[in-house]
Amino acid sequence: MRKKHLLFTAIAIAVMSGSILWAADHIDAPAVTNTPSDITDLYVFQGQDKNNLVFVANTQGLLSPTATSGAHFDPNTLIEFKIDNNGDNIEDLVIQAIYKNGKMHVYGPYKPLITGTKSVIDPSEFSAETSVTKYGEAEKIEGNKKGIKVFAGPRDDPFFFDLTQFKHIIAGEASSFNNPGTDAFAGTNVLSVVVEVPKNLLGGKDKLNVWLTTRKKTEITNYKN
Amino acid sequence: MKKNSLNSLSLFLLQMIAICVIVASCKKDHQRPPERVDVYEQDDQMGRPAINTVFISAPDKDKFNTTVPTDMPAVFGAEMKAKLLALNPGYTTNLLGLTADQFIGVLSTDVLNVSKTGVTTFYDGKNVLTGRALSDDVIDVELTLLFGGPDGSANPGLTSDHVNGNDAAFIASFPYLARPH
Repeated sequence: MRKKHLLFTAIAIAVMSGSILWAADHIDAPAVTNTPSDITDLYVFQGQDKNNLVFVANTQGLLSPTATSGAHFDPNTLIEFKIDNNGDNIEDLVIQAIYKNGKMHVYGPYKPLITGTKSVIDPSEFSAETSVTKYGEAEKIEGNKKGIKVFAGPRDDPFFFDLTQFKHIIAGEASSFNNPGTDAFAGTNVLSVVVEVPKNLLGGKDKLNVWLTTRKKTEITNYKN
Repeated sequence: MKKNSLNSLSLFLLQMIAICVIVASCKKDHQRPPERVDVYEQDDQMGRPAINTVFISAPDKDKFNTTVPTDMPAVFGAEMKAKLLALNPGYTTNLLGLTADQFIGVLSTDVLNVSKTGVTTFYDGKNVLTGRALSDDVIDVELTLLFGGPDGSANPGLTSDHVNGNDAAFIASFPYLARPH
């Protein structure tokens, strides 16, 4: 009986997670679904001050209002923006954000000590920190002398898409979208990290290639003098 | 054997990095050096919206998330092209004039192109791939490039989901995103 119930739950979860596979990056892959590492979206745009670029990392999507106050950043998950500024799609700079004791700590932009799928944080590159804004609180925004501003906390998910109708189309149950469509992400929240950076800290070239990564603390290198 | 030597090389590199980090922090803080350095290993990544979710098959999705952008075209290019042609068997070129190979050539390096000078948008009718603004209708852009043919007019029922904006208004100033529901 119990076994049957578990099997049913497993199938229900599989069906539910399969049902939403078309989104921006929300629950895109099995290893990250429902973990603090799950990226939902990356945005990079010019700030209100045209001398700045804004980097947005959204994670842990599809939070209902009631689930939002219980969602939190993970101290073992590094949120890292990769920035290539010479056109070779290899990162020349990183901006790193990591949660610790109620605050989001930001490092960089700086040239990373290593490129690729492993990272370390260079503590000497600390640039700004902000208290994480709790659900229902006014925004806490903090910055530093270099003009970097940081926000971290729950926000409305800015992504919009009629996912439900799209699923009907893919399943062969419909041949076109509805007009008007229905936004499947309306009313849901994400955990956001927003970092605004003066453009002059991002290198001399006009074009950047940016990607967002999340990384789990996996190894500790012991080193003794 | 080869794997072992690769592992020792990677361990050596990590130790070198640990030393660099410790030296850097010593110079700065004049404190006792830390005895450990944390290493963070990649779980998830994205550049442009919906690339992994649309173009990568289920068994490869975790692998895509841990493949560096420079390796993506060789590893995933063929799979992505097959997916494009499965979604739209009639694909010829798209609004950007890209053949299936050229389109996948662009998409398979999953990074977001960003301009440091001027308008930042995924596509606004004039500027293409110069960033991604909160209000950009990225799904309509991608649907049009996938299904709309050379002038964007093919498959009119599939080139827009007719959700043209977010449910909450964005803020003009930092942090720009709307407050949570």
